[in-house]
Amino acid sequence: MTSSMLNLPTSIPWLTILGVVPLVGSVVVLLLPRARETMAKQVALAFSLVTLVLTVVLALGFDAASSAPFQFAEKYEWIASLGISYSVGVDGIGLVLIALATILVPIVMLSGWNDVAPGTTGRGTVKGYFALMLALETCMVGVFAATDVFLFYVFFEVMLIPTFFLIGRFGGAQRAYASVKFLIYSLVGGLLMLAALIGLYVVSADVLGQGTFDFMQLVGIDIDPGTEKLLFLGFFIAFAIKAPLWPFHTWLPDAAREATPATAVLLIGVLDKVGTFGMIRYLLPIFPSASQWFAPLVIAMAVIGIIYGALVALGQSDMKRLFAYSSMSHFGFIALGIFVFTSQGMSGSVFYMIAHGLATAALFIVGGYLMSRRGGSSLISDYGGVAKVAPILGGFFMFAALSALALPALAPFVGEFLVLLGTFERYIVIAVIATIGIVLSAAYALRLYQKTMTGPVAPGIDGMKDLGGREFTSLFPVFALTLVLGVIPGIALNVINPAVDRTLTTVGLTDPQPVLTGTEGGQP
Amino acid sequence: MEVTTAAGGAFAYLWLLIGFPLAGAAILLFGGKRTNRWGHYVGTLAVVASAAYAVILLLALMGRSPEERTVVQHIADWIFINKFSASIALQLDQLSMVFVLLITIVGSLIHVYSIGYMKDDPDRRRFFGFLNLFVAAMLLLVLADNYLLLYAGWEGVGLASFLLIGFWQHKNSAAAAAKKAFVMNRIGDVGMSLGIMLIFVTFGSVTFSTVFDQAGEASDTTMTWIGLLLLLAACGKSAQFPLQAWLLDAMEGPTPVSALIHAATMVTAGVYLIVRSGPIFDQTIVASTVVVIIGTITMFLGAFIGSAKDEIKKALAGSTMSQIGYMILAAGLGPVGYVFAIFHLLTHGVFKANLFLGAGSVMHGMKNRENMRRYGALRAAMIVTWLSFMAATFAIMGIPPFSGFWSKDDIIHAAFEHNIIIGICAILAAGFTGFYMTRMLVMTFFGKARWEDDQHPHESPPVMTIPLIILGIGSIFTGIGLLFWGNIETWLEPVTGFETRELAIPAIVLEGITLLVVLVGAAVAIAMYRRSVAVEAPKGNVLVRAARNSMYDDAINDTIAVRPTYWLSRSLVWADRSVIDGIVGGSAAFVGGLSGRMRRLQSGFARSYALAMLGGAILVVVVMLLVRLP
Repeated sequence: MTSSMLNLPTSIPWLTILGVVPLVGSVVVLLLPRARETMAKQVALAFSLVTLVLTVVLALGFDAASSAPFQFAEKYEWIASLGISYSVGVDGIGLVLIALATILVPIVMLSGWNDVAPGTTGRGTVKGYFALMLALETCMVGVFAATDVFLFYVFFEVMLIPTFFLIGRFGGAQRAYASVKFLIYSLVGGLLMLAALIGLYVVSADVLGQGTFDFMQLVGIDIDPGTEKLLFLGFFIAFAIKAPLWPFHTWLPDAAREATPATAVLLIGVLDKVGTFGMIRYLLPIFPSASQWFAPLVIAMAVIGIIYGALVALGQSDMKRLFAYSSMSHFGFIALGIFVFTSQGMSGSVFYMIAHGLATAALFIVGGYLMSRRGGSSLISDYGGVAKVAPILGGFFMFAALSALALPALAPFVGEFLVLLGTFERYIVIAVIATIGIVLSAAYALRLYQKTMTGPVAPGIDGMKDLGGREFTSLFPVFALTLVLGVIPGIALNVINPAVDRTLTTVGLTDPQPVLTGTEGGQP
Repeated sequence: MEVTTAAGGAFAYLWLLIGFPLAGAAILLFGGKRTNRWGHYVGTLAVVASAAYAVILLLALMGRSPEERTVVQHIADWIFINKFSASIALQLDQLSMVFVLLITIVGSLIHVYSIGYMKDDPDRRRFFGFLNLFVAAMLLLVLADNYLLLYAGWEGVGLASFLLIGFWQHKNSAAAAAKKAFVMNRIGDVGMSLGIMLIFVTFGSVTFSTVFDQAGEASDTTMTWIGLLLLLAACGKSAQFPLQAWLLDAMEGPTPVSALIHAATMVTAGVYLIVRSGPIFDQTIVASTVVVIIGTITMFLGAFIGSAKDEIKKALAGSTMSQIGYMILAAGLGPVGYVFAIFHLLTHGVFKANLFLGAGSVMHGMKNRENMRRYGALRAAMIVTWLSFMAATFAIMGIPPFSGFWSKDDIIHAAFEHNIIIGICAILAAGFTGFYMTRMLVMTFFGKARWEDDQHPHESPPVMTIPLIILGIGSIFTGIGLLFWGNIETWLEPVTGFETRELAIPAIVLEGITLLVVLVGAAVAIAMYRRSVAVEAPKGNVLVRAARNSMYDDAINDTIAVRPTYWLSRSLVWADRSVIDGIVGGSAAFVGGLSGRMRRLQSGFARSYALAMLGGAILVVVVMLLVRLP
């Protein structure tokens, strides 16, 4: 294995800097005079780009072969009496998710450049929109980098605030309803998690003598089975709402429909991954027995979600709700891969998180461009024949649809196939049911494409402008990354795989052996 | 023992086979309008370059001893985690070589032809981009050295066919046909996906050589399942029963697309998959028997449909189904049939491309109308088209010495070696071929002219007729060439194995009987259609009506799959809103105090949040203390 490509000095608190840069950007943007709207946007974009560059530096400095569980680790005491510290660090899983977040922020900024009408005063100002996105970026970096469970919780909850305002102030007509629904669901989850967190602290005080929230210390502590199950549930429900898994998903279609495309991408593409990330990072290593005990339940929820989400997506007359249900179906795949406890499944899940983030970006951004050209209507029946009128838009729409149905050579395929394979190794019947999802995803994705992009040109579509320079620039990186990750997924798998192996070792499970063992490798 | 060698010498650029058309597709599709003027030349050149390189590779391969004709080129790691790994690696051997030749050479001719055929289409450049993509995907399919990469090519073919069938996207029918083809193929892909998974779980690898080396060690049940799953996949791509319904609708695409789908790419993929997986099917009598049965059913299904359709392309589509049925049947026979399945696939690739391009040439001269009842007596108006079409017709009917005679006769022979009933079926289907092909020939080129008043039939330009001439010559000589000069049997034997058994009746007698049956079929067609053809189709009996409706395949699929799915979908949409959102949302609203507090929550956001958090946390901790924390 190669070590890192860049040797970064360890004395510099890289992750803190990475988290602080967007926050500083957010403050700077807020301090700008309200009238300088374009400048606010440019400054925000610049800060997000600096963050992206920093992420690239970090990724190059990351050593995939290292045996240390976390790299770029920092630890400062925070509330010593409660064993709470500000400690951050990344493994391969955290790294790729941070990369996803920092890649998507500049992209959605570009795509949402004109989301807020110039000169808007009151609550939904231009600079407010961009400052909130940067603030959210800080939270996203923090939540994936935290190695203290309490710190994670703080980011988990604080994240809600910018998201709440992004939906509630900048969304569609029903935005108030959608944002409050989102908040309530999240709060309920957060509450349960807080309770479980306190419980975990009590347990750690009992077992270790001194209570702690430090992740590394909490891994492998001995918890009474009954308590472990309760604590597991507290965390799990919070994550299942966030992900969201069936049947906790009903906030998602509303939020997706009302939010701006930019917000929707960050919400569904990145924030929802916190749920599945939490399952891998916290549930499995801290509550290994409970995770196994609950695995059948989670798998059932996941596989129901796959089929259910796809079927409901097939029946949607609203494009944005279709996107949301399609995502829900894919979240089912991600959760499934985690709880089948095979390295293929889990690596597939992590990879799928990235791939799905990109696929979501493609769908919502190109969908957003389409809808903005037709008075914001998200009704599928308002469209038809668009590809004829606007071929570049049509081409990107096609690409987004193919991402959603996980065509090979695009990133989602790698994730989906690995998840199915990992599932098949342990649960053949579940894998068979989940595989039916690939027919349904083709059906809803191509149905959407057929109804909107092909056929006779619908009224109101004639004369529709094709994508402009800014729009093209925002979509092209998504397209390129999806393709690159689909063809050379190794760049991500190289860092994901070791982290996944470590997680599975902590849980104490190994992959099932092939039926014909001892002869693999083809050497007789 | 087979020796696998790393790619060197002439083989060092194996990836270029795929690289040329892929680059062509990229230039044409991303190059935008600037490439409009010369795009079709780039597209054609890309495939011609691949064809030229393929010929060089063939010569290089022939220069090696038969055991050393497997060349592997590792390009990159693709998907890997612990024991699972699938590389981007290409494998050229005798089997993939013949496919590469078919795809690139016939593909080149179709490209050249399309320059003329699509001349007036404003989107010609895009068309060539998609054609190139199709060729690239198909080449990846046949060159992959493992099942997962094959799957990537497999889906690429699906995508390209989707784009091409729906090429005239302004027509609702074309868009619907494209979607139908892709979705039905996806049903087959379920089999492919699961088959690959089962292969990995069994063998710990998805690489052909590793899997095949151990094929004998796995249990019969496992092998049967793998075989059936792969067969499901093959049914999708090769339009075999029960996944055949997309093929006739696929005629919505421009005619060269049909030629590409039916002759050189796509439908042949299923046959390739089964023959490639021969070592697996050899282990399972159950799966290979099912393969034979599916092939036989489709052989008749296609023959019925081909005999009843009045649209020339749809009749040809029925004939493709039927001929692919022959190949699948042969592939199911095992080592007595593999070679002949491929042999027939190759000759069919040539004469079917000829037939479709011929049909396209006829339509070109007939204002794109395809109702044969409105054709007739066209031989004088388009002599080249007529002669080449006739050569291909004789070839597909199996008239000696045209190419189909050699390959089809071998299949019939092999079928008799296997089972007399299958053998008789194969002969009967040959009779049908004689009928529907003669019908097509007579209705189109002979008899009285039944043209609409505005028709002025004319021959196509040389850019279209020259490919027809080449294919026409191919229709005559491919069979003899492959059999006697190419030694197709010994060529393929190291990969597919080859067995032959003695029959009770001499081969010449069997050939005689077959020919007789074919001629009877042809005579019936001549008797029915020589003198007069009604301009309006007569009502016909139950069987004719069924065949005209493609044996009601759409109605059946709608009833058992499409409508129930949409019904379920609509029910769930309703349930999601009223039941799940109600229950889960209701309880969340209850806990969070949503009802009536929305305004307060929005205004006093931070305070309410803190309060709610604290209150809830205390509640839950109390509950947890009650159930006795340690």
